[in-house]
Amino acid sequence: MNTLASSIAASAKEWIRYVGQLSLLWSQTVVCAVTPPFKGFRSLTQAQRIGPGSFVISALVAFFIGMIIALQMAYQMVQLSAELYIPNVIAVALTRELTPVLTALIVAGRIGAGIAAEIGSMVVTEQVDALKAFGVNPVKYLVVPRFVGLIIMLPVLTMLSDVIGIWGGYVICVFKLHISHEMFWKMTFRALTMRDITTGLIKTIFFGMIIAIVGCHQGLTVKGGADGVGKATTTAVVRSFILIIAMDCFITFVFYFLLHF
Amino acid sequence: MIEICNLYKVFGAQMVLNNMNLTVRRGETKAVIGRSGVGKSVLLKNIVGLVRPDSGSIKINGVEVTTLNDKEYDRVRMEIGMVFQGGALFDSMNVGENVGFVLNEFMNLGSKTVKDKVADALGLVGLKDVEDLMPSQLSGGMKKRVSLARVLCMEPHIILYDEPTSEVDPITAAAINHLIIELRDKLKVTSIMVTHDMNCAYQVADSIAMLYKGQVIADGRPEEIKNSQHPVVQQFIHGEAHGPITEDESLIFGHVK
Repeated sequence: MNTLASSIAASAKEWIRYVGQLSLLWSQTVVCAVTPPFKGFRSLTQAQRIGPGSFVISALVAFFIGMIIALQMAYQMVQLSAELYIPNVIAVALTRELTPVLTALIVAGRIGAGIAAEIGSMVVTEQVDALKAFGVNPVKYLVVPRFVGLIIMLPVLTMLSDVIGIWGGYVICVFKLHISHEMFWKMTFRALTMRDITTGLIKTIFFGMIIAIVGCHQGLTVKGGADGVGKATTTAVVRSFILIIAMDCFITFVFYFLLHF
Repeated sequence: MIEICNLYKVFGAQMVLNNMNLTVRRGETKAVIGRSGVGKSVLLKNIVGLVRPDSGSIKINGVEVTTLNDKEYDRVRMEIGMVFQGGALFDSMNVGENVGFVLNEFMNLGSKTVKDKVADALGLVGLKDVEDLMPSQLSGGMKKRVSLARVLCMEPHIILYDEPTSEVDPITAAAINHLIIELRDKLKVTSIMVTHDMNCAYQVADSIAMLYKGQVIADGRPEEIKNSQHPVVQQFIHGEAHGPITEDESLIFGHVK
């Protein structure tokens, strides 16, 4: 029992220290991002690397999730003769919750891992030391462009996935549940408010920060050689996933109880 | 001029630099020799500020750098060029972008001027028409030359070389040695060269310092080091497996002592 308690305490301590390190890197990144000189083209380059490559996979996932929600809802709603409300549920569930989280998880797996591996290899091959030796701040040069790129691209990807996810629901509702085309869109837009969309998009800004900061932190703190880079990559994905879900829970709580959103 | 006094650096339980003292005069090329892991690279990293010492003093051209904050240190760093062991070329950039990195980052020069300066720097290290190659397409020796060209673009007063002739063939090593001598004579830079290649140290250095257990145990002109009677220096420069340096080690070249 004592061993279990001490192991939990050690894990908690490690997580507190880890979140502290992330907060420190986040604050350094924000300060560097608002301090001249500004090199916007680096952020745009990163945005280009993040966006187009992640679009197809996040769109595919959103499309299938839209279909799955429609089918799962139909399972219950048909018994209540309330199929007409399925489009409402699809629209709200996707825009408020599912698309932001799933898109963030996809981008964390694809881009967060890539960031950790890329920066980790730079550390191992002394490229980060070379930057410092030239008087270049690695946070400004490496972290800020990825941070800004993710904050720009994640909401864009989420908006596109929202639309595609709803089309996924449309396919099931119209062709399988025989809800008319007009009725589907009428019910969707009746349920969907600007508040639902902004709630989801605000979440993605925080998720983007998490993916960038966790990936960059893991990369910058790599120890050892190729083995260290591999571990950093895996850890970046796992920790991003945990923090994204935890942040989602926290933001939803704040929106629901404090802002009544 | 670089003056290092009573420098200490500890990593965990390991004392890497232990009350180390070293002076490098203006325009001098000093070779720092010693076994792998003795703290030679840590010394260079302390000088350039990549690692901060636990205590002691480092003066670069009269400026005490150990008390500087990062921003102040960056101004000092602009006078120091460091050639890393593996080159440390940025693998997302081609050779031209690597060499022109500092010019593009800090100086508001036109692309034509940068291109010319890059070609000049590459010319100084004996390379031509390689601007469009990626670092992965270069041999080990070429990487070191490009790394040196990148440093030369900064027009530094001090150059730190970390193992400049490691992992290259003897002919390339001789060419790199020749290049370092040429740069010293042409540009009058102060240099510290960390190496365990004694040929390189004898050919290139004005003076040689031997680092052992975190301290400089011998410092003098190459012939003085060659003729040193210190048993540790003797064992190291002659590359002997048995002697005072290895007496604490239980396993040497597969034989248990």
